[in-house]
Amino acid sequence: MSPELRDAQPVLAVGDTPGRPDRPASQLRELTLHGVSRAYGAHTALHPLDLTITGGEFIALLGPSGCGKTTALNCLAGLLPLTAGSIVLDGDRVDTLPPEKRGFGMVFQNYALFPHLTVRANVAFGLRMRGVGKAEIQRRVEDVLRLVRLSEHAGKHPGQLSGGQQQRVAIARAIVTEPKLVLMDEPLSNLDAALRLAMRGEIRRIHQEFGLTTVYVTHDQEEALSLADRLVVLRDGRVSQVGTPAELYEHPADPHVAAFMGYRNLLTLDVVSAGGGTAVAQGRGLRIVGTPARAVELAAGQRATVAIRPEDLRPAGPGEPTVGEAVAEIVEYHGRVLHVEARTRDGDRLYLNSGEAVHPGDVVGVAVDPDRALFFGADAEVVAQ
Amino acid sequence: MRPGAWLAWAALVFFAVNLAGVIGTVVLDSFSRRWFDSWVPDGYTSGWYSAAWKEFSLGRVLGTTVEVTLLVVGISLLVGVPAAYALARRDFPGKRAVTVLFVLPILVPPIAYGIPLATMLYKVHLAGTMAGVVAANLVPSIPFVIFTMTPFIEQIDARIEAAARVCGAGSGTVLVRILTPLLLPGMLAAGILVLVRTFGMFELTFLTSGPTSQTLVVTLFSAVNSAGIRSAQSVDAMAVVYTGSVAVLLLIALRFVNPTQLVARSTD
Amino acid sequence: MSTITAAPKLALRHRLAERGVDRTLLLVVPGVLALIALFCYPFLYGLQLSFQPTKGGALGAYRTFFSDPFQRKSIWATFSLAIPASLINVGASVPISYRMRRDFRGKRLILALLVVPISLGTVLTAEGILEFYGPAGWFNRTLHLLGLADSPVRLTMNYTGVLLSLIISGFPFAYLLTHSYLSGIHPSLEKAAATLGADRWNRFRHITFPLLLPGLMTTFCLTFVMAFAVFPSALMVGDPDGSTHVISIEAYEAALERFDYAAGCADAMIMTALMLLVIGVVAGLRSRLYRGATGGKG
Repeated sequence: MSPELRDAQPVLAVGDTPGRPDRPASQLRELTLHGVSRAYGAHTALHPLDLTITGGEFIALLGPSGCGKTTALNCLAGLLPLTAGSIVLDGDRVDTLPPEKRGFGMVFQNYALFPHLTVRANVAFGLRMRGVGKAEIQRRVEDVLRLVRLSEHAGKHPGQLSGGQQQRVAIARAIVTEPKLVLMDEPLSNLDAALRLAMRGEIRRIHQEFGLTTVYVTHDQEEALSLADRLVVLRDGRVSQVGTPAELYEHPADPHVAAFMGYRNLLTLDVVSAGGGTAVAQGRGLRIVGTPARAVELAAGQRATVAIRPEDLRPAGPGEPTVGEAVAEIVEYHGRVLHVEARTRDGDRLYLNSGEAVHPGDVVGVAVDPDRALFFGADAEVVAQ
Repeated sequence: MRPGAWLAWAALVFFAVNLAGVIGTVVLDSFSRRWFDSWVPDGYTSGWYSAAWKEFSLGRVLGTTVEVTLLVVGISLLVGVPAAYALARRDFPGKRAVTVLFVLPILVPPIAYGIPLATMLYKVHLAGTMAGVVAANLVPSIPFVIFTMTPFIEQIDARIEAAARVCGAGSGTVLVRILTPLLLPGMLAAGILVLVRTFGMFELTFLTSGPTSQTLVVTLFSAVNSAGIRSAQSVDAMAVVYTGSVAVLLLIALRFVNPTQLVARSTD
Repeated sequence: MSTITAAPKLALRHRLAERGVDRTLLLVVPGVLALIALFCYPFLYGLQLSFQPTKGGALGAYRTFFSDPFQRKSIWATFSLAIPASLINVGASVPISYRMRRDFRGKRLILALLVVPISLGTVLTAEGILEFYGPAGWFNRTLHLLGLADSPVRLTMNYTGVLLSLIISGFPFAYLLTHSYLSGIHPSLEKAAATLGADRWNRFRHITFPLLLPGLMTTFCLTFVMAFAVFPSALMVGDPDGSTHVISIEAYEAALERFDYAAGCADAMIMTALMLLVIGVVAGLRSRLYRGATGGKG
């Protein structure tokens, strides 16, 4: 029995006694990645990554496929050796340890449940490997299965379970050993939309009830924003931005992060004036008053990328100054608002939300609040949407 | 490296060395003038090859071999592919029985059904003829085609055929324009595999062939078994010719199929 | 009237189609007929023939086989060759294919090396064994050179020779099958076991091996069938009148040397029955194991 298990307080007992609001303490104080990188021959999948994770945090690695997020996760798990850098866990280097010695739990994208073992045996596997006693194994497995609401399926094989159930077995198997760190590799990507929403809540609940420290890989910004305490946005193997959901949502560092965070309108225009926290840009039949993004210096005559969310772009009220005019082409009904896709006279596409009736073919004057239009320097290349 | 790895590599190297020795001795012997109690032969000659060619009339034997092999490949494809299609696409009463019928010839050793088959062929005066040899070789070949083709057919979405029909194609057009091009790689693989196997099929041909319908492998066996009057070198020369031709066939085959298909008789 | 008679006809056709019986099934007919004519009929004919020996009544041929110690022992000779050969081949292919899962330089070369014996054919293998392992062959010379043996070790014209030939021809076969079964097990399963604290040995013992076992049993069956039917090599490198007088030689000699068709067919039937028995036992064991998806792609 490894020391961390022997010393571990029975975390499950806390979940079992309702009414005790305090979250169980995390097994981990601090995990630090120093310049962790990974190359395949000449191709660098992950450029040096520095990150400090504190106990109890829920970190999401977010980015499009091929951005290096799964590489980073596998490096953390020990499934891929590092090309350079080190991983330090509470003062001890762990990057040279094989995966079985790191004591992390991992949930795989395809769940990787052992098809020949029952649900109970799947969950018990990690405890058996650590030499935990029979009675103890049984108690802890039953507890964790109750937590993921699978007690009545304990005797089944994974093949007999639905996708959502398999997913919960995978989570149960990863957390039953009370790991210092839980790694999740797009665990919801194989589920249908409704189940994905339900499981998202489930994962957050388990994270809190167990006092886990979690690193979660996903390409779905909504999933990342709703789950994580902090997000790490990756692109082409490099970190674009690290921050809380609110920081990323309100202050994306560059147009790419902005695009990922739902700024669907990205327009390249000429700056005509800047200063005092506002800037004005025009071109292609549009004129936009907006705010320079953080740490962006703008001067008149420069080109800039202007990022606006569809929900901030709206039909101009009577007498309100407009950004420009566009012809509505596609109107989608979404309950209280209409999602409108419109085209300017110069052929640029605008995405806006409207609270009033808009019909295809209507000419719409478009408006945006100045603090909702973010300006980025033109050196950042434009994201083609 | 761990001891397990060492052991595996040692086993592999031992196998390779022995294999090289087995092949090397035969090839070397076929080029040797005289080779008795020494590490290498006394002298070298290529005369055994021409001698073997004449002595065993290898030209005629090779002709027969090619003829038998191609006939078996053609007929087994013609019979096997449609059957594989029906088995892959339809669930019908008695399907299990039909499947068992196709599995048995692969499981039962060729000697065991070859002897009754040879006996029957004698009764109907087909023993020793080309037709008899071809018929005998069809027994394992048809199931082999069926089991090689089934995965190829299963991976073609049945909706493709439905789509073609919706677009107005009749059964004939579906067969010619849709199924045949899609199945061609599978048919090629199955055909090549049957080719290699029939070329090397000893037992069935041995039991059913006569002097005029012997294939290369049977001629070779007979030469060894009556080797008293012949020199070992000319037999070795013929063995090298045989192995060379199979190796060429295999190299061609491996361009179209993966190595496991060469041996896998059926999946389960 | 015609409409009334047409209706049930159509319904019958419809009902048959519901159960999968339609014109597509005609495609299977030529294959079934060919195998009935060339496999089932001869087999039944042989079975019937085996009950009509020239003397000794209906079971005469079988009684002769089991009462003659020389003939009876051919069963033992066959099993004592086939079972060790299949066990060695399957046993050796597990660690080797386990090593060969990763990609490394020279892997294609090794694969090619393993496919070579398939192209050798029985005769070249036999000749090679006779000459390489023979008393004056390179193998014995090497042993002598290394001081491992004073006089040549007899490895041919006996049991060992046949076993060697079964390994040379059977190992590639077993290896390639095992390799394909092993690559059908999804690599993430072992990774998952690693993150759960299983070391190399435990990953093999608890995950890979149980998932591989059904495939290994199939491999065993197929290599066993090959080894069980050993015929040319038992004649050429073995001791066909003694320790390697296997049942296929017995059957061949009865039918085509003594022209006793009844005895030959009886031997063939005994051979088939024994082989099906072994396959049945292994299949029975296999059905008690886990047999489902191995998380692989195919």
